[in-house]
Amino acid sequence: MLYSLQSTNLFILSLLAYVIGAVLGPILAPRKAPASSAGRRLAGYAVTAVFLVSAIASLASLVASYMVLSSRASVDVSPFPLTPFGHLTFRLDPLSAFFLLVISLVGFAVSIYSLGYARSFLFKRHVGLLLFLHNSFLLLMTSVVTVTNGVLFVVVWEGMSIATYFLITYEHESQPSRRAGFLYIAMTHVGTFFLILMFLTLFSHSRSFDFDSFRITASAMPWGSKTLVFFCALIGFGIKAGVIPLHIWLPEAHPAAPSNISALMSGVMIKTGIYGMIRVFFDFLGTGLPWWGFAVLILALGSSVLGVLFALMEHDLKRLLAYHSIENIGIILMGIAVALIFHQAGNDGIAIVGLVAALFHTLNHATFKSLLFLSAGSVVHSTGTRNMEELGGLIKRLPYTATFFLVGAVAISALPPLNGFASEWLTFQAFFRGFDVAELSVKTAMPISMALLALTSALAAACFVKAFGITFLGTSRSRHVQDIHESPWNMLAAMGLLAAACLFFGIDPSLVISRLQPVADFVLHRNPSGALSVDVARSISANPTVNEAPVLVAVLLLGIAAIAIVAIVVLRGNRRSRVVPTWACGLEGLAPRMQYTATGFSKPIRMIFSSVFRPSREIDVREPMSPYFKPTIRVDLKTEAIFDTHVYRPLMNSVLAALRVLRKVQTGHIQSYLAYIFITLIVLLWMAL
Amino acid sequence: MDSPNGMEKQLVTAAIWIVQLVAVLALPPLVNGIIRKSKARLQNRVGPPLSQSYSDLFKLFRKEALVSATTSWIFRAAPYVVFTTTLLVATLMPMFSPYPPLGWMSDFILLVYLLGLGRFFLALSALDAGSSFGGLGSSREMTIASLVEPAMILSIFATAASAGSLNLNAIASSVSPSISSLLNPSQILAFAGLFIVTLAETGRIPVDNPATHLELTMIHEAMILEYSGRHLALIEWASQIKLLIFFSLLGNLFIPTGIAASVSLVDFVTGIAIYLVKIGGLAVVVALVESTNAKLRLFRVPDLLMVAFTLSLLSLVLRFLIR
Repeated sequence: MLYSLQSTNLFILSLLAYVIGAVLGPILAPRKAPASSAGRRLAGYAVTAVFLVSAIASLASLVASYMVLSSRASVDVSPFPLTPFGHLTFRLDPLSAFFLLVISLVGFAVSIYSLGYARSFLFKRHVGLLLFLHNSFLLLMTSVVTVTNGVLFVVVWEGMSIATYFLITYEHESQPSRRAGFLYIAMTHVGTFFLILMFLTLFSHSRSFDFDSFRITASAMPWGSKTLVFFCALIGFGIKAGVIPLHIWLPEAHPAAPSNISALMSGVMIKTGIYGMIRVFFDFLGTGLPWWGFAVLILALGSSVLGVLFALMEHDLKRLLAYHSIENIGIILMGIAVALIFHQAGNDGIAIVGLVAALFHTLNHATFKSLLFLSAGSVVHSTGTRNMEELGGLIKRLPYTATFFLVGAVAISALPPLNGFASEWLTFQAFFRGFDVAELSVKTAMPISMALLALTSALAAACFVKAFGITFLGTSRSRHVQDIHESPWNMLAAMGLLAAACLFFGIDPSLVISRLQPVADFVLHRNPSGALSVDVARSISANPTVNEAPVLVAVLLLGIAAIAIVAIVVLRGNRRSRVVPTWACGLEGLAPRMQYTATGFSKPIRMIFSSVFRPSREIDVREPMSPYFKPTIRVDLKTEAIFDTHVYRPLMNSVLAALRVLRKVQTGHIQSYLAYIFITLIVLLWMAL
Repeated sequence: MDSPNGMEKQLVTAAIWIVQLVAVLALPPLVNGIIRKSKARLQNRVGPPLSQSYSDLFKLFRKEALVSATTSWIFRAAPYVVFTTTLLVATLMPMFSPYPPLGWMSDFILLVYLLGLGRFFLALSALDAGSSFGGLGSSREMTIASLVEPAMILSIFATAASAGSLNLNAIASSVSPSISSLLNPSQILAFAGLFIVTLAETGRIPVDNPATHLELTMIHEAMILEYSGRHLALIEWASQIKLLIFFSLLGNLFIPTGIAASVSLVDFVTGIAIYLVKIGGLAVVVALVESTNAKLRLFRVPDLLMVAFTLSLLSLVLRFLIR
């Protein structure tokens, strides 16, 4: 009782604080620099204060959601009883609480980061607008995962999309930003169309937009309606999540936003799509048809492998990270696919492993991806470029940022002892366990999926060797790296917090898994205390690694490192080092341009997967005027965006062609319009009589 | 299998762990020596003595380390990370005893990814010095590693699935040491798949040539070109240990005779002896393969790995889909 009371209050506090922040921001932050230096300082304090308010708000909802997760009971919050759509109730059930936890954790870190980040463009840009959007974005995301009514859901979902649109086009003077914004808003509206269709289908059976009524009636709907709902949810939420082939907005939109917002979008917003899928697939529809899981599995495998392959071809730091979001959404969907397949087959023990893996990876991806985006933000902030080919050697100028980026890179490459490994391990286990019990058709899919997951994470490791190595190691490749300095402490503190989370979830995954299992139980409508309940850890009991291993791995790593060092001492090795220049094959020295480039690094992969990339190369050699000067050589290297050229462009062209035909109706003569009205009237009368 | 309980068991486990730790530190240079010697004999040379690899390591440890001025802490840390992770994997592997130390931790996925951690840092260190060789090696190594991984996972999948576990100890103890299981076509195919994976992972011919410093063909050697002294010694030692790890996988998962049946001393010593024979045999086989094959062009390597992948898949099909 006490628990629920407190978490209710904290949740209301957090909503209020977001609203206050959104209102205060534009009032307090002036667009133009005040004349007096005191005024300028005051404006700086005001920005800090507003971001502190959002930090407090996220902290409050973080605590509230954690309380709900530990108490394993749902909590209803109705701060505003009367709205046009009936009761406005926010419900923190285990699933909502989990996603709220993810949102608030990242929201908190990003708010702290923004303290320093946003002050740098105070008076240069409209910071008041940024404050307003930042708070509204967090408020709306919080609402998306907690509302309990279909109409309200669509409203806050649209609100979230619109807030994101303005954040993407925040740097509206740049043409790519505006283009990215347009692409995003167009795609997201296609998604909303499918969501509305989905809710209307559900409504036609339950006669109410309440989630509770969906839960009762949806599982008993005829298979036709169920499949329609499944498809609409898959497309509608899949667009937001960035599932290939619905991803085309994502790599444009995420880099266009300011870096703190990119972290929120990539770390959290795309997860609302995952939330929607879990809510509809399991909570509403209950069980599905056997092929649903396969459909999701194929999308998942495609997204993860293609996502990481596209990422490898990028040398824009933030676009690279954006493509990795697609890859990780694929990995999350793998868990969901396993859950769908085995929940349908009635084997909930494995369904739970899959679902817990998906939820765990959701949390992990939120932490390490926002960490990566924040540290990439620091790089962009201090160097002014996102192009890796112009960077290099940053580890000496930005030692802390580099270390935090490295933590994120190791985590996203699924290497122990960080958190990315823990959840991918669980996904591997889900596939492997699935193989054991499945019938023949499922059996074949499991090992192939495992192999593709292994391919994905190994390619991700290659990609992050490139991203970290080219950006931070070696020597600087351009003047962008000349006079730069480390980010202020609050930006570093935010990154440090997320890095600590990556380490913590990785070293003790059992802590997270034991908290996630009730969520999975809830989603699958299982009684947690019932005899059917399967302990995730126990269902993998043949492999007790799940709980203790990574803790001990860390301990053992230290222990053996100690042994190694002792071994060297015992061997009376030489402890001396001498600092020398890098070996230059006997030449005078190395120039920065002799280093490997990001493009060069990914060349073998580009060649091996040339059927995906369709690389083309144009070499233009201009002969010099005089034989004493070297010719100028221009190399133009392109890879094809296959979905752009083979899916979306033909689609768009055919839509435009259809519209061109339709345009003939619009003659511009008033006589023909009168004729249309007349004909319509006659037809209507004829139909009515 | 009679199992001792409590205190006694823990003592036995601790003893085995120490034996295994000593073995994985001491054996690898010998294995390397056997390969070098056999290759020399196949080429009608006398070849270096078996102890040469020990002397090489010893020499490197005694020399001072040269560190490039452009490097950061990554360059200095990488050898330790590589050595630590490789050694950790080696100590967690099933080798010759029924009560492997920390056996419940020898999860295949964990071990593969621990090796991946070492490789990740090595590939980063290669980019740290700012020379083009490092980038070349790093790029090629990561490319080949990502193609090897799926084949590796699949190659042990069939065996793992019949054991019902991804834990290497559980797998090794589930494979029955009968001649029929040894000659099972599915096992043979999976063995062939894992053997190709071993060649690729440990940088042997036909994927990489450990003895070359020719820029066109270097992969692993290009990555570690900047290293010297104790750093180089640790990396060399680690790659020798890695070879032992893969030999142990091949030996224990597919030729499962020899893992001692009980904890009696006699069984234990026989276990070690049989293990040594298996490892020595595999070393000679690798020398044979290296002497009779040419190194593949870089862009032909994916084809070879595809063969490994297909073999593993076929083994899986034979085992489970066609009964």
